[in-house]
Amino acid sequence: MTGQVLAPLDLRGDVVLATGEAPGFEPGDTVRVMTRSPIGHYRVPRYLRGKTGDVVAVIRPMAVDNEEEGYGRNAGSKGHYYRVAFPMAEVWPGYVGGATDQLLIEVFQTWLERA
Amino acid sequence: MSAVHDHSHDHNHPHAEITQDGGPGYYDLMTAAVTELLVERGLFEAGEICRQIDVLDSRTPALGAKAVARAWMDPDFKRRLLADGRVGCEELGISFYDDTQLIVLENTERVHNLIVCTLCSCYPRPVLGLPPDWYKLKPYRARAISEPRAVLAEFGAQIPDDVEVRVSDSTAIVRYLVLPRRPAGTEQFSESELANLVTRDTMIGVAVIDPPGAPRQ
Repeated sequence: MTGQVLAPLDLRGDVVLATGEAPGFEPGDTVRVMTRSPIGHYRVPRYLRGKTGDVVAVIRPMAVDNEEEGYGRNAGSKGHYYRVAFPMAEVWPGYVGGATDQLLIEVFQTWLERA
Repeated sequence: MSAVHDHSHDHNHPHAEITQDGGPGYYDLMTAAVTELLVERGLFEAGEICRQIDVLDSRTPALGAKAVARAWMDPDFKRRLLADGRVGCEELGISFYDDTQLIVLENTERVHNLIVCTLCSCYPRPVLGLPPDWYKLKPYRARAISEPRAVLAEFGAQIPDDVEVRVSDSTAIVRYLVLPRRPAGTEQFSESELANLVTRDTMIGVAVIDPPGAPRQ
């Protein structure tokens, strides 16, 4: 029917999400990059290990873990990537630039913990 | 090239055979050997390699420049492009053959964005084509994240202190494209004239677009 104003339809309360389907972090959450040194292929640069930043976005859609993909293990490994912002001053002591300059990066969920 | 231009263009002058000196290098041989083995095993056909080269060759900064110009001209498109860069580009017919996502980063009078891949050479290839050599080399990769303002100054872009510099390190599934600021004095420009202002470096974020007619620094 045209011209009819429809009420918003939100069915989130009616469905049960699969394990891992809902992101573990939300924009605004403070997270720390874990300090790990796995052997092999990994996609979190060393300069960010142990640094604390803020989640600015959950990246959609969910995607495979690059570090599993590097070994051909893709099936069932989809998870959440987060766009995380770190103050430059947090990453680089002695950083020269604006106080609000930021470093942003996408990090897979297995590398983040709540700070 | 000789500064004196007195020869005919009939191409009847003698010259040495145009050839590549020396034999193929170690990696040339390895590439050829691996390619032949993969074709021999039936994992893909030789034609598919040529096809993929054609795919890559068709991607150049001219594509990104047209998307930027459209975003400047059409606020609704700009909104869609910023909401989901991949969907916005796909709307224009730019396919994402490598299955990456795209985040478009808008430069404003308060924010300047710069992109880098510290781990390798992640780059928005579907929209810009192959990255420049300097983008893949360690000096840029190390310095863009630690002293971006110094790097920008070397490219000729002076970013005022009160403008926030945001460096996006592309390391996994996401690629980034900078939406540069539309320069002043271009209000009457056509879409194609606008696209001509947009360079590869301004979409990486190492440069800003000078107003038309401004003297080069």
